[in-house]
Amino acid sequence: MSAPSKQLPIVDSTTPPDGTVKVADPNPSLILGAHSLCPGCGEPVALRLLMESLQDLGIVDRSIGVVGHGCYGSFVRIMDIDVLQCLHGRAPSCATGIKRVRPDSVVFTLQGDGDMVNEGLQEVLHSAARAENITCILLNNGVFGDTGGQATATTVVGQRTKTSLDGRDPAKHGYPIPVSDLVASLDGSGYVARGHVGDPGGVTRTKKMIKEALQSQLDGNGLSLVEILTMCPTGWFVPAGEGPNYQQQSMEQTYPMGVLKRPGGAD
Amino acid sequence: MSEELELLEGTAAIAKSAIAAGMTFFAGYPMSPFTGLLESLSAMMPEAGGVCINAESEIEGVNMTLGAGAAGARAGTGSCGQGIALMQEAIAEAALNETPFVVFNLARGASDYFQCTKGGGWNDYRTITLAPKSVHEAVEHTQLAFHLADKYRAPAIVYGDPLMARTTVGINIKKLDFGDLPQKDWALDGSMSGTGKSRQVWTWAMGKVTDPGPEMDAHWRYIAEKFNTIDGIEQRHEELWCDDADTIVVAWGTGALFAEKAVSELRKAGHKVGIFRPITLWPFPGPALERVAEGKRVLVFEANAGQCLEDVYQWVPRRRVTFIGRVSVDHTGMNFGDIMDAPVVRQLILEHLDNQAATAGANQ
Ligand SMILES: Cc1ncc(C[n+]2csc(CCOP(=O)(O)OP(=O)(O)O)c2C)c(N)n1
Ligand code: SF4
Ligand SMILES: [Mg+2]
Repeated sequence: MSAPSKQLPIVDSTTPPDGTVKVADPNPSLILGAHSLCPGCGEPVALRLLMESLQDLGIVDRSIGVVGHGCYGSFVRIMDIDVLQCLHGRAPSCATGIKRVRPDSVVFTLQGDGDMVNEGLQEVLHSAARAENITCILLNNGVFGDTGGQATATTVVGQRTKTSLDGRDPAKHGYPIPVSDLVASLDGSGYVARGHVGDPGGVTRTKKMIKEALQSQLDGNGLSLVEILTMCPTGWFVPAGEGPNYQQQSMEQTYPMGVLKRPGGAD
Repeated sequence: MSEELELLEGTAAIAKSAIAAGMTFFAGYPMSPFTGLLESLSAMMPEAGGVCINAESEIEGVNMTLGAGAAGARAGTGSCGQGIALMQEAIAEAALNETPFVVFNLARGASDYFQCTKGGGWNDYRTITLAPKSVHEAVEHTQLAFHLADKYRAPAIVYGDPLMARTTVGINIKKLDFGDLPQKDWALDGSMSGTGKSRQVWTWAMGKVTDPGPEMDAHWRYIAEKFNTIDGIEQRHEELWCDDADTIVVAWGTGALFAEKAVSELRKAGHKVGIFRPITLWPFPGPALERVAEGKRVLVFEANAGQCLEDVYQWVPRRRVTFIGRVSVDHTGMNFGDIMDAPVVRQLILEHLDNQAATAGANQ
């Protein structure tokens, strides 16, 4: 059995560590109030980028969101968007139904790794293969954050979770699934990219990816997917301020950043 | 006045009726005998301006349908009981988040009564279930199901079987009018995004932080109350020859057709038998059955181990109820079996009438 390469100390994550601040301030126009997620969480940053992108593209008044089950589920209460809160894993199928009967709308899903890659892997793959004109946003933190930090299908080798206490060991737990690569390999996907929100550069590049993905939907290029690595200090059992570092040293090694596929060819 | 009749197989007739009702989205996964409906809709929907998706699984099909319903379309899905077992989570979800759509269970027999009426999903919900006895009635029920689904913002089931799916009839299909319905101002179209009053379809009904919803406790009580209301309003049944009868046969779906034939023959032979047919399996027409069956013997005929029987027990004292159905399967996988045959049903009823006479004689 291979030992995890890096062991980080377990910390009390029920209260914010000294000196931490919420990473995203509410954007008053499409975000109706403060989020309730943990200090240092990457998901609110991703939400803000998505909302800003809808505004920048001028498509807010025809945007419909489909939100799965994870910590981001609470965004249903703060995003000023027509929203279907759907069953765990089923967002791409629900989005398919919406888009097919309202082809002029802009339909996006908001899903986590547990939602998309565990419970709903076949939904996103089949929707991509069918070339559904929807945009899927995957918030990948490598854990079930909402249920307290268990391993998901994207947990990286060596990562400690509540169901892989000694770190993910391929001999026991198998290997992580790079869902963006799978989606990019299907002819029905138009745009696939992987970004992160761990530092200002990552935030800027990720926003560009989200806008490109939505534009790809507007252009009718088939399913677009942006996988965003989001810090989950609580589920990773690291101090809030350590999230970006931990992400850089663990997840980003397994999931390289960049555009995997775009209409007319990748980077 | 004669009307133009068209020769249509059951599934094609149901497909046409669904389109006449304004269904613009359908997603299903093949399983016989439901498959005929999927094939018919694949052929008919594009011309009608709608969408039919051969979904990659029943779970995907029903969730696509939920999405289309939440966006305001008249949407449908379907399968047989086995495939609909996979859809239970989404049917319950739609009952709780108030998304209307219609589920066609063109089943492999009569053994999905519990599944339709009691459900296998989570939480306090019910599913309106219409059980037509013929293709003609299935055509009417298809449109009624869409009406009821929209009226109550809840999924509704049309429950048929291979006989209904595969019988060809001469029929004229028109749009039926069941009355006005409220505007779907709750439907998601994106137009409220960014206005501060954006919409939400959510089982938990939490609302937005700026405009809180009722939240789970109050919402789920409201849902439970809504189903109580439906129970009070939407019970449907048919009575045949019950007034002078001393014995009532309860039968539903196509099974009731065989029972009707058998009972009509028995009446010609002088037996005082009537038929009570639940048309809505849920809500079950219990009060009507109680009234009709007062002081009479009740025979329950269905091709399963006794599912509707449990609902009959709620309304007629057990000592007056006898089950004359049974599990009845054949070798085609379609599960008609031996008892879906008028002479067999007649014999089952007759045996009971003879037993009654013998018992009555012994008591004298
Ligand atoms: C059918 C079903 N199974 C399990 C759950 C419990 N559940 C809620 S959130 C969640 C995990 C979500 O993980 P992820 O999508 O990665 O989101 P995160 O919380 O990490 O952002 C689970 C398993 C559920 N809601 N529904
Ligand atoms: S558990 Fe993780 S994903 Fe959930 S709010 Fe906390 S940091 Fe974010
Ligand atoms: Mg996660």
